[in-house]
Amino acid sequence: MTAESGTARRPMLAALPRFSQQINRVLTWVVVGLFVVWVVGNFINAPKQFVSVFLLGVTLGSIYALVALGYTLVYGIIELINFAHGDVFMWGSMIAVTVSAHWLGLDGSQGWYVTAPLIFVTLLACIAFCGTLNVAIERLAYRPLRNAPKLAPLITAIGMSFILQNAGALVYGFIEQPVPDIFPTKPLFRIGGIAYTQKSLLIVLITIPVLLALVYLVRSTRQGKAMRAVAQDMDASRMMGIDVDRTIAFTFALGGALAGAAGLLFVMYQTSTRYDLGFQLGLFAFTAAVLGGIGNLTGAAFGALLIGLIQAFNEGLSWHTPGSSWTQSVIFSILILVLVFRPQGLLGEAVSDRA
Amino acid sequence: MSGRTGALGDAWARLPKRVRALALPVTVLLLVVLYPNYYQDVFNALGGGVTGQLAPTVPTMVVMCVYVIMALGLNVVVGYAGLLDLGYVAFYAAGAYIAGWFATLQFAPHKVHFLSVGVLPVLPGLHVNVWLLLIVGAVFATILGIIIGLPTLRLRGDYLAIVTLGFGEIIPQAVNNGDDWFGHNVTNGPNGLTPIDSLGFGVTIHKTFSFLPSSYRLEINSADYYYWTGVALVLFTLFCCIRLRDSRLGRAWVAIREDEIAAAAMGVPLMRTKTWAYAIGAFFGGAAGCFYAIFKSSTFPQDFSLNISIAVLCMVILGGMGNVWGVCLGGAVLAYLNYQGLEAVGNNLNHYAGTNLNIPQYTFGIFGIIIVAMMLIRPQGLIPTARRKIELEAGVEGGSLYDAAA
Repeated sequence: MTAESGTARRPMLAALPRFSQQINRVLTWVVVGLFVVWVVGNFINAPKQFVSVFLLGVTLGSIYALVALGYTLVYGIIELINFAHGDVFMWGSMIAVTVSAHWLGLDGSQGWYVTAPLIFVTLLACIAFCGTLNVAIERLAYRPLRNAPKLAPLITAIGMSFILQNAGALVYGFIEQPVPDIFPTKPLFRIGGIAYTQKSLLIVLITIPVLLALVYLVRSTRQGKAMRAVAQDMDASRMMGIDVDRTIAFTFALGGALAGAAGLLFVMYQTSTRYDLGFQLGLFAFTAAVLGGIGNLTGAAFGALLIGLIQAFNEGLSWHTPGSSWTQSVIFSILILVLVFRPQGLLGEAVSDRA
Repeated sequence: MSGRTGALGDAWARLPKRVRALALPVTVLLLVVLYPNYYQDVFNALGGGVTGQLAPTVPTMVVMCVYVIMALGLNVVVGYAGLLDLGYVAFYAAGAYIAGWFATLQFAPHKVHFLSVGVLPVLPGLHVNVWLLLIVGAVFATILGIIIGLPTLRLRGDYLAIVTLGFGEIIPQAVNNGDDWFGHNVTNGPNGLTPIDSLGFGVTIHKTFSFLPSSYRLEINSADYYYWTGVALVLFTLFCCIRLRDSRLGRAWVAIREDEIAAAAMGVPLMRTKTWAYAIGAFFGGAAGCFYAIFKSSTFPQDFSLNISIAVLCMVILGGMGNVWGVCLGGAVLAYLNYQGLEAVGNNLNHYAGTNLNIPQYTFGIFGIIIVAMMLIRPQGLIPTARRKIELEAGVEGGSLYDAAA
């Protein structure tokens, strides 16, 4: 963007007013204001329904948060939009079905003392599988291209995404993979006629410590320090004796592990999964990461919460909502607006080079 | 053409340079143009029956033409200017829906006929001459490209890719929900728009060009006419692409692709140059979409999935970004595989090896493998441009780059 101010003559086709900082700020506030009006309007319109949909959105948002963190971690360190991440998540959900329902035979009829440890085993399996898968993808497809032009790994990531998706279809078929309700589904309370179930709460309760642990890992451990160093300057950190390849592989493992955990939670929540669910959910999560400011962990979690809420509001409320057939458009419009007007995201700092 | 020996080689070498340079293109062009006349021979030569399915039928060839045009258009954006566009299908949709709106019964209570060919005069709805619509569709897509491009082209690299991907997802959904845009049925939603007027071959041709042999006047041979129209459009696109590549604008695109800041410092207007790339890419995307919709006589929102964008990108990558001949080859090969080849291969396998595979289901997995393999093994594509080859071999820290071809 800095380069552009150097052009002397305003070209004909670029007659559109260039969005200056002030206009940008005003537009941002207008959009945020409209959003607040929309939310408040919906609240006044149907308060009880609003609260239940809000809680639903929080649950959805916490699943998105786990996926979004994977995007943000990888983007933060090698500036690659890992399109395959959503499909790693899909594989996580598939593995969760296989391990919990097919191998361990969980079907929700067992008592909690049986279910809880076995779900924990499933979680470990998902984490291990997706972490390994993500590292393998990095090793095979991205590492050889680390010094290639920037578009090359991006295009490869799209290819990887299609490969993973079709591999999923090959193994699990083109149909929905159902899974019995393993998580406790007893309603905690009812509001506006909709029950808030134990599993919704459970998902939020699992997500929060994971996020805190991740923040601790990146901010306060030696490995986290190495990650931040590599993100800042790969060559300099190599000179300082950091094993760059290992650090990047670790980041991918971490992202994959989060996607695996998200896959388990998603499949427990939704009680079904499909081979092609990863790409779109991945894009939603990526939108969340961008909304919060890509590369920023807190931002990704915050953005995911917002996206989860927006999706839930859009699909569950009635006052001036486009409805579920427009969810995708709404979320991608947000993505486009954020990228065009505020590429650093809501919480990110201004980085002119990234956009 | 080097390395020929013997008397034939000497005779060849004595031919004027101009003749030698034209020999290969003219031969290829003749082979391509005459394809419908010898398709049956190819079919028979392959043994007919199941193996004969491997020979591309004329309708498949039309589809191949459509995809070659799209790949050439995307090549302007991705290959020349280095802007990754993952929402190219949006322009294809724009062209297709122009054909759908102005040449169907969609707006039935109204009745407007404008130079329409081969349409019963009593039919309601808008019926504009479909040949004119090819241009209108292309121009509409161009305008859409400029509208999408102006705010987004300020973004660089991967962010641009994501924004275009967003548009590529929004537009199909908007079209899919278009049976109720504020209470108006604009796009007829998932049911699509059909039937679209034909190019007017058959009856109209019979009346206008009575000197043609009788077999050329039958509606039944209309696929042949579509094919020749497609080839003509491909030739037009090729001509434009080559002329653009060698123009001042083309060099500006390459400069931006290589180093945006350096290009700006040298006085290349970034926004205008990028927007031109986008607009021209959109133009061909729109034309291809319009032509394809007319050929299929229908258009549906399902035709505009992200997969199509990726498939077209895959064609550009496979052929060699920036090289028009490579892109033609990539487009033709992958479109063939997508529409007929993989199915034919699958049928052959199932027939002879006794397997029970449904290969077309995994088309996009195969495309994914092609993308990844090409990026890792041969990133310059099947037929690379001289410049791209040097770039990739020199790597990032390589010295100054010279265009060996220029």
